[in-house]
This record gives sequence, structure tokens and C-alpha cells, in this order.
Amino acid sequence: MQTDAPRPMFDTDELVINMGPQHPSTHGVLRLILRLDGERVVSCDPVIGYLHRGVEKLSENRDYTQIVLLTDRMDYVAAATNNLGYVETVEKLYGLEVPRRARYIRTILSELQRVASHLLWLGTHAADLGALTVLLFGLRERELVLDLFEEYCGARLTYNAMRIGGQPVDVPVGWDKKVLAFCDVQEQKLPEYEQLLTGNRIFMERTKAVGVISAADAVAVGLCGPPLRASGVYRDVRKDEPYAAYEEMEFDVPLGVAGDTYDRYLVRLEEFRQSLRIIRQAVQGLPEGPIMGKVPRLIKPPAGETYHAIEAPKGELGYFIASDGKSASPYRFRVRPPSFCNLQALPQLVKGHLVADVVALIGTIDIVLGEVDR
Amino acid sequence: MAEAVAFYICAALILGFGALVITAKSTVHSVLYLVADFLCVAALYVMLQAPFLAVIQVMVYAGGIVVLYLFVVMLVNLKRPPEAHSDPRRLGRLGVAMAAAVLVEFAAIFALGWAKPASAGGALSPNNVEQIGRALYTDYLIPFEVASVLLLVAMIGAIVLAKREL
Amino acid sequence: MVEALILPLVKIVIVLVAVLVTVMYIVLLERKVQAWVQVRLGPMRVGPHGILQPLADVLKLFVKEDITPARADKWVFTAAPIIVLVPALIAFAVIPFAGDLTLFGLTIPGRIADVNVGLLYVISVAGIGIYGIILGGWSSNSKWALLGSLRSSAQLISYEIAVTMTLVTVIMLAGTLSMVGIVQAQLAKGWWFGFMQPVAFFIYFVGALAETNRAPFDLPEAEQELVAGFHTEYSGMRFAFYFLAEYANMIVVSTVATTLFLGGWLAPFPNVSWLSFLGLVPGWAWFMLKTFGFLYAFLWVRATFPRYRYDQLMRLGWKWLIPLAILNVVVTGLLKVLV
Repeated sequence: MQTDAPRPMFDTDELVINMGPQHPSTHGVLRLILRLDGERVVSCDPVIGYLHRGVEKLSENRDYTQIVLLTDRMDYVAAATNNLGYVETVEKLYGLEVPRRARYIRTILSELQRVASHLLWLGTHAADLGALTVLLFGLRERELVLDLFEEYCGARLTYNAMRIGGQPVDVPVGWDKKVLAFCDVQEQKLPEYEQLLTGNRIFMERTKAVGVISAADAVAVGLCGPPLRASGVYRDVRKDEPYAAYEEMEFDVPLGVAGDTYDRYLVRLEEFRQSLRIIRQAVQGLPEGPIMGKVPRLIKPPAGETYHAIEAPKGELGYFIASDGKSASPYRFRVRPPSFCNLQALPQLVKGHLVADVVALIGTIDIVLGEVDR
Repeated sequence: MAEAVAFYICAALILGFGALVITAKSTVHSVLYLVADFLCVAALYVMLQAPFLAVIQVMVYAGGIVVLYLFVVMLVNLKRPPEAHSDPRRLGRLGVAMAAAVLVEFAAIFALGWAKPASAGGALSPNNVEQIGRALYTDYLIPFEVASVLLLVAMIGAIVLAKREL
Repeated sequence: MVEALILPLVKIVIVLVAVLVTVMYIVLLERKVQAWVQVRLGPMRVGPHGILQPLADVLKLFVKEDITPARADKWVFTAAPIIVLVPALIAFAVIPFAGDLTLFGLTIPGRIADVNVGLLYVISVAGIGIYGIILGGWSSNSKWALLGSLRSSAQLISYEIAVTMTLVTVIMLAGTLSMVGIVQAQLAKGWWFGFMQPVAFFIYFVGALAETNRAPFDLPEAEQELVAGFHTEYSGMRFAFYFLAEYANMIVVSTVATTLFLGGWLAPFPNVSWLSFLGLVPGWAWFMLKTFGFLYAFLWVRATFPRYRYDQLMRLGWKWLIPLAILNVVVTGLLKVLV
């Protein structure tokens, strides 16, 4: 609260309002304590923890194989990348070799997941700004991705689609063709969203110069993923520390210039195209071979600890696992969730903006409360 | 006959609402009664075959000015400590002075015979909008223009007060 | 007796029922149109293609619990929805729905009343509706509702100025304030005023969107930001009143637009002889058609555009629409004098 500001002529009070945890656009159970001067936000305190389920502690009492299923439930709109981050961390800790075909399948799945997650982001973000139609368009295409996932692993939301050391199942017959067909459909639909938003005067006025964060500030506050890249920082785990089959893929990392909400929108929109490019390459170059490496029955990694990060749709998703070498469950299990880190930038982003912008800014950092609270 | 009944109902309502305006405890309620009062006055105008005046009464007074009252009442915190309201001697003197002024005014009206019905004009044409317009822009042009300049000055003054750094 | 008392009463009942039924079905139409735009089906369960959905909605609102929040100003809280609804309904008194009809040897004017200040009446009555919104938000004793109501009333007052300015140009062209007179003036000129005053028509359309709290100006009830704005705390029938009033207001502005800019009950191009077969369609049908066309534009806009932010909305109103409307008045006046 600012107290050193000169008092206005009339005695005006700051209005303190609670946004959430039951609020239609806090994307779950986020609670914001907003101090308003008129409609302008003076300060914003996010209150989290309403969806805390103790995933980390729970994991320390489960087998390594059982934890895959728990990771599904963190970022529940991007379960496949959660799985990927976890299994790769265990593989790194254990020193397991993953067959090339499995790594390709993982790449396809995680890029499909990125498309699905970004579609949901695009829809909800636009809906928060009042453009409801984009939400429905986004859900329409996301449905196609979910169908692909359903055909691959049988689930539509919590996939449990990866195993330590490889993939549980091979791709179904004809699945690769469907994936390519989806890529074509999605490519055609992208201009539809752009037509509704990119050039729209109202959308531009709502997003340009709103929530600007400079590259230095973005790094300092620990932003990751598309919001960081929209500020012009070249950081993509897929390029910097390649995992799965990303070193064999050719793709660009879109960067923003202004670091505002509009640039974050443009960056994610370009990521759609890059994801489709990666999916096409991976499907067409899918190698033959086994899908499961040599993995012991009981996974009991040697004593030690490791950290491994991947580029989840929302940013850098890292897992830290410490093993005591004796038990079949981690001694310490810690997640570095991108939503949580990006949420930290929110108070800085909303300061000085209007209440209506708070909604736009919650949308633009793309958080999932399941992942923030774990 | 019917007109007389309607008039007395309207008049009673006007006086009743007027009394409520000054006796209501909540300022917002007062403002509301004021709106009702204005609407009844508009009804009187309709009975006088002055629909233009009636509509303007509703539009400007009930629809415009009182909305601003309401804004001010809602936005400015009126919950002052009670003693600020009650300085009995000061308020008493003010009240007596104002009542005396009104009395003198009434006396003057009756004595000078202004309350007599207007003799000129005769039957009003049903379309008296044009008559009002003609009167405003010919006989009363100067007062009309002066009033508009006055409003303009008030408007500029308000803007200057609100935005000093402009 | 028949002409003085019974006929107006019958007409009032007809108009009221027609308006209320239209409101019910506008809601359904809105859901359907939006659904079609958004590759959905919309309501499909109640009746074939959901045509009985409005009845179900009304029934639901009737039986819902009507909650008054703790520490709310009870009387004002109850009165506010009524204050919103009544002006929306009585505005229909001066709308000319059709020309004169002849029935059983009786000439029936196709309107409830033809007041010589009809247009001013509509404006002033619309101004009263603002009270319901301010008071509803204030009396709910809720910060969200208060914010919503302040936004809403500021928005309504700002855009009313621009809209009224556009009406001035129409009055200048028609030379009358009577709604019937304005339609007759369009017949005499041979052009709908919408063609003669495209700028005014455009400003009126934008202002109408803002005055009825419709997208992209639906800030007062921006559900993503303020939950539901001034009627956050309302439920049951009192909420239904707000809802009714909003849609009734949509119909009011559409009928006013039809009368002022689209030639009211006239068939298109009434003085082009080879199009005279269009006159076979009765006037009220033309009126309905035009009104629904205008209403459809409301729904279409809602399905397409994002929402303006509060300050942007104010800037648009004060820095663009109002100056443009005033300029339009000046230009119209100049043309009237010069040409």
C-alpha cells in the first residue's frame, strides 16, 4: 500500500476486493486480494493453495512407476508433458537408455500436448476479453487432439502415457496419418483465430502495452516459457538442453519484442506453427525399433540426486528427485512448475492497470492452479 | 371534474413526496423521493397541455440532474459525526430567516396578483413545441443565450477544478 | 367510448404481450445465433430445436428463491428492478408499429399514442431507467455490484449524449418530434433517413449497443471481470426483471432505429413504381422485419468482438462519437441552409 503518495483533495479510500477463489476468470481457485484506487490496481496479492493436494509428499510414498500417474494431475490440461518431464528425470537419475522410436513418440505427444494446451489458453484468454467465439473454436480443435490421445493411450485428460524407459504402447495403425491430417486441419484453422483477434482493433487495444515486462525484469522475476520469450529472451529448453528427440528436429523459437500481452499472444500463436512443424517432422521420420528400453522390474535408482527440465507448454517444467538408493520411492521429490513461477510476475504485471486488465493478465501468463498448488 | 381529481391527486403526491425528501433518514432515499416529486410535477405539466415541458422536466431534472445528485450522495461519504448536523441555534436562525423569505415571497405574489391565470394567449395549440421554440428564439433570445453561456462557464470551471494539471 | 378507452387498452395489452413474448424469444434467438456462429447447436432439449426453452427459463426464474442480501437496503433493493423495467415498457407507447389499419369499418392507428414530442418522450423515459441500475448496485451492499453499477451509469450517461445528438439530425431532417411525423417525412422525402444520415445511423448503432449494455460494451455485466455487475446479488424474479428490462431496451432501441432510420412501417422504396408490389406486405410486417434485422446485428456483433475496457469505452464515446455526432449536426444544418 502506498502511503507516501500525496493525499488527494477529497478523502478517498482504497477499495479492497477479493477476486476469487470463486470467480469465473481466475482459471481455477486462485484468489487475488486487489487494492483498488477507483478502478486502478494499486497492489495485488495472489493467495494460492486452494488446490493443494500434496503431490510432492505423496510421491515420496509411492513407487517410481506409480508417480507417473500423479504427475498427470498437476497441469491437467497438459498431462503428457508432465509425464515426459518425470520419466526423463528418473531415466537420467537411473542412467537408462530410451529407444529412438520411443523418443520420437514422446516428441510427437508433447508437441500435440502443446497445441492442445495453447488452444485452451487461446480460448480462455480470448473469452476473458469477451470474445467467446474463439473459445468455442479452440475447443473444437482441441477435441481433435484429445481424440488422437484417446486413440493412442485410451485417456482424454490424464493420459499416463509414458513409462520409465520407454513408451507403454506403440502407435496404433494409421495413427500417424491421422496426426498429419490433424496438422493440416490445424494449420487451416489458425488464420480463423487470427482473423477474429490479431487485427481486431478492440483486441489490440485490450492487449497492446498491457502488462509490459522488460527482458531484465522477466529474467529477474523468474518468468519462463512463452511469457519470457515474448519479452525477447531466447530461452527454450528444447533448444538449450535438448531432450526426447528435439535435437533431431528443425524448428524456430519465436521471440517477442515489446513484452506485452499482445506479444505473448503472437508468440504462442507462432508456437502453434512451430509445433505443427515438429509434429510433421517427427511423424514422417518416425524410426522403426523397440519402444521400451531395458528396465528392471523394480526401479530402485542408485543413491544420488538430479534435476531435469523440459519445455512444457507453459514454460520450464523441472523435476528434482533425490534417491537414497535403498527404497523404491524417491527420498525427496520436488517439482518446479512453470505456472507457479509465472504467477509470481502477476503482481508486477497488474500494478497500475485496471480491473479489467487483471483478467487479461491472468489469462496471458497461462496458469493452471493444479500445477501452482500441486 | 376528472381533471380536478387528477390535479388534487398530483398535488397531494407532490407535497407528500416533498415532505418525505426532507424527512427521510437516508440521503439516497431523499434523492429518490425527489425524483418521484419531479415526475409528479411532470404529470401536472401534461395536464396543463404542455407536453414539451413535461418531457423536458423528466429528461433534465429527473433523468439528468438528480442522477448527478445520486452520484454525489453515493460517492461522498455522508456519515459525518452527528454533532456536525446539530448546532440547534445556528440552524434555528437559518430556518427562521428562510421561512421569512418564503413568506415575503408568497405575500408579494398574492399582493401583486401574479397568481391570476394568464389572460393572454387564449387556447393553446396542441402543438406548442413550436410556440415555445419561437418564444425562446425571438422574445427571450438574450436570456436564453446568456443562460447557455453561464452553463458553458460552469462546465469549464468544473473541468478546470477537476483537472488542475491540464 | 370504444375509441377513447377500450381500443387503447386493447392495444396496450397487445403491445405488452408482444414485447414480452419477443423478449423471451430474443433470448432464444440470441443463444441460437451465437451457437451457430460458434459451431454449436444451442438449446435443443425443450421442444423441437429448443423452441420451448424460453418457457422453461421463465418457469425456472419463477420458482427460484428470491434472496435479499444481508444488510441490503430492502426497499430500494426491491424497487430497483421495477424502476428499470417500467421505463423500458412504457417507451413503447409512442412507437408507431404500423400505419392506420381499417378493421370492421373502424380506422385504428397502428400505435398506442402519437404525442407531438414522441422522440423526446422516448429519450426522457430511457433516462429514468438509469436509476434502477445505480440503485440496484448501491442497495445490494456488495462492492462488485457497486462497481458494476457505477460503470454502467457512467456509460449510459456518456453514450446517451452521442445518441441524442444523432436524433437531433433526424429531427432537423423531419422537422417534427412526432414519431409518426418522422416516418411520414421519410415517405415525403422518398429516402429512409438511414441513407440520408449514414453517419448518424452508425453512431446510433454504436450508441445503442452501449446503452443497452451489449457486447462489445457489456462492461457493466462483464461476467469475466465483475461476475455480473450491478445485478450480481439479484436472483429469482427480481433478476428476471433486470433481464426483461435489458432485452426490452434492446427492442426499444431497435424499434426507434427502425422508425427513425429505416422508414418505420413503410415498404422499401415506396415511391419507386415497379417495386410497388412490396406494399402488399402489411406495414407491421415490414416493421417487424426491420426491427429483427437490427436486433440480429446486436447478436452478430456479440458473437464476433472482444470487449472494450472501461477507459477505452469512455475515450471512444467522448473523443470520437460525441464530436463526430456534433460535427454531423453542424454539417446537416449547413446543408439544410445551403441546399
